[in-house]
Amino acid sequence: MAMTEGANRYLPDYSSHPVQHHFSPYSDNGGSIVSIAGDDFVVIGSDTRLSSGFSIHTREQSKLFQVSNSTVLGSTGCWCDTLTLTRLVEARMKMYEHSHNKVMSTPAIAQMLSTMMYYKRFFPYYVSNVLAGLDTEGKGCVFSYDPIGHFSRSDYRAGGSAGALLQPLLDNQIGLKNQEGVTAAPIPLKRAVAILKDVFISAAERDIYTGDGIEIKIITKDGVRTESFGLRKD
Amino acid sequence: MTKRVNTTKMAQFGSDAFAAKSFWHNGPAPGASYNFPNMRSSSGEEEMQRSQTPITTGTSVLGLKFDNGVIICADTLGSYGSLARFRDCQRVMKVNNNIAVGVGGDYADFQYLKRVIDQKIMDEHIADDGFALKPKALYTWLTRVMYNRRNKFDPLWNNYVVGGMQEGVPFLGAVDLRGMAYQDRHIATGYGSYIALPLLRDAADKNPNMSLQQAKEIMEKCLEVLYYRDARSFPKYQMAIVTAEGVTVSDVLEVKSNWEVAHMISGF
Amino acid sequence: MSSIGTGYDLSASQFSPDGRVFQVEYAQKAVENSGTAIGLRGKDGVVFAVEKLVQSKLYEFGANKRIFTVDSHVGMAVAGLLADAKQIVETSRSECADYRSQYGSNIPLKYLNDRVSMFMHAYTLYSAVRPFGCSAIMGSYDPIEGPAMFVVDSSGVSHGYYGCAIGKAKQSAKTEMEKLNLANMSCRELVKEAARIIYLVHDELKDKAFELELSWVGEATGGRHERVPKEIFQEAEKFANSALEDDSESDSEDA
Repeated sequence: MAMTEGANRYLPDYSSHPVQHHFSPYSDNGGSIVSIAGDDFVVIGSDTRLSSGFSIHTREQSKLFQVSNSTVLGSTGCWCDTLTLTRLVEARMKMYEHSHNKVMSTPAIAQMLSTMMYYKRFFPYYVSNVLAGLDTEGKGCVFSYDPIGHFSRSDYRAGGSAGALLQPLLDNQIGLKNQEGVTAAPIPLKRAVAILKDVFISAAERDIYTGDGIEIKIITKDGVRTESFGLRKD
Repeated sequence: MTKRVNTTKMAQFGSDAFAAKSFWHNGPAPGASYNFPNMRSSSGEEEMQRSQTPITTGTSVLGLKFDNGVIICADTLGSYGSLARFRDCQRVMKVNNNIAVGVGGDYADFQYLKRVIDQKIMDEHIADDGFALKPKALYTWLTRVMYNRRNKFDPLWNNYVVGGMQEGVPFLGAVDLRGMAYQDRHIATGYGSYIALPLLRDAADKNPNMSLQQAKEIMEKCLEVLYYRDARSFPKYQMAIVTAEGVTVSDVLEVKSNWEVAHMISGF
Repeated sequence: MSSIGTGYDLSASQFSPDGRVFQVEYAQKAVENSGTAIGLRGKDGVVFAVEKLVQSKLYEFGANKRIFTVDSHVGMAVAGLLADAKQIVETSRSECADYRSQYGSNIPLKYLNDRVSMFMHAYTLYSAVRPFGCSAIMGSYDPIEGPAMFVVDSSGVSHGYYGCAIGKAKQSAKTEMEKLNLANMSCRELVKEAARIIYLVHDELKDKAFELELSWVGEATGGRHERVPKEIFQEAEKFANSALEDDSESDSEDA
């Protein structure tokens, strides 16, 4: 009796079956992005941790891609897809610039990005994108995407591994949802940056794929300014 | 346009299999007897073998920047599953005078890509224009090669660590089998990412501007610890050093190990 | 030769009644209008030299080279239409790469020569194409097999040689080579002779400026095809010039 039970024990090293490695083209490399738009600015931040599983590849990986003087694309998820997609976006923007003699506007990039994502509808780029920039009127705008190209414009957005964790926090703090006796007022830059840092600190507490540091890009009519901020490294 | 199936398959082994299609492609292909375009009958169909598994494998690769260069290390074991089958699989490679590459994973895939890279370097030498491949260019190119293969569900089962000097500044980057890539001051792949990377990070944090000698010592320590703890590792290894003076790949060296703690284990 | 094709010279795919393919002969004429290129095969390697005619002073020095490295161990000197020659060079390069990818070693020159000759010959068979207006000397060195050198011309015919010349002064260059015991000479000696021959056969009256190109492959270069280093180049050029002076002095004495 005991003998037959013993034979069914799970002893992988002694099993006679060939081990089949299954190849998955995707990996989850983590990372979070938060972007908040104001009347004449937009801030976008991402953490700088690049990981897979329980390993951290590097603590210094920027996930923000400045594609023009008034637009920054944040992209996380499957890092190899991010690398490919952002390179393609940059190339397409250059082609646009050469054929139209002007730099693409943020809404134009937003539409193009959606088209490029949907083009791979049946083998998607497994990434979470947040596009931040100033629109043609100089107002801050944030576009966010699903992996197959759906997109929408909003005033604030959290994306990536801690996206689901942070979005309700932003809804409450910036969208003033579920609050009583408050009046909506345009958010000042200082407060936007402060909230951004706070939510990242919170995300680093709960999400193992978010941490190490944040890179913040502040986009105004004068261009793009970069700040960095440390997070817990564990 | 399936007529040229046969010739394109041959051309795949040509100078740069991953480059864009040639601007003009109606001429005879290398190796084909010189028949004229469209005059040859089309040949049989191609069969595709996708999504393999690694067979003979190399374990961790370590990379570390120091104040004026980069070190890359890997042991010389070619494992066949859990069998330590080949004891002299050298997988640290000098690419040109300013690039060295270390490779982990499937050894056959590495040998394939090594030949492609070697031909790439040869083409560059032949062009006689005074330009030499730079580490970042090779790193980015590897990114594209690996990503394109993953898109075909036919990956090259490797990790590449590229080290070199670019415009006088040390460069260190890693590319995996999906084309996922990053740069850092220290890199360890495979089992090394669990065991050696914390040691490298600790050393680099304590000593941000380490010398070649200090970097070498840390690498040796990492290899020693890996030899104790990684069952697929081996005490023989190679070390490539890239500085502004050029690339040197060492002979096969030996890890200095100490088994005194194992005094209770005897009889073999 | 009655150089009138009388209707049989319009296509490479048609013979004339007396068995000639005029298009190929015309292509060979194009080679004979070009500056001379020579190859000397000695006991330990092959030396190439080219009389590169410079049509305009406005050209950059060293532009439009006519000696190419085809593979690490193979050099090629060409004469004729440079654009045509470059296609031959490119084809040769991919043949070398193809051979290496299949067999993992350097292509033996004999095989490269076969493949390049076949390629050039293919262009003499069809009405839709024209033959190559160029000729090429290829040379290589292998530690075991020793040096090798071949010439392939527009018709796709090729021969192995110890000394060969193509281009406008090929006759007088060959006459000079016949005076040398090429098979027993070293590359160091051959470089000087090669330079001397190019300087000697250069026609100062018809063509004014020229640049000398010198390259070699052999024991001295570790089996790699390389341009001759500056010092040795200058030494060879000096040797060529003083030989020319001696020559003209003895000429005047005779007169």
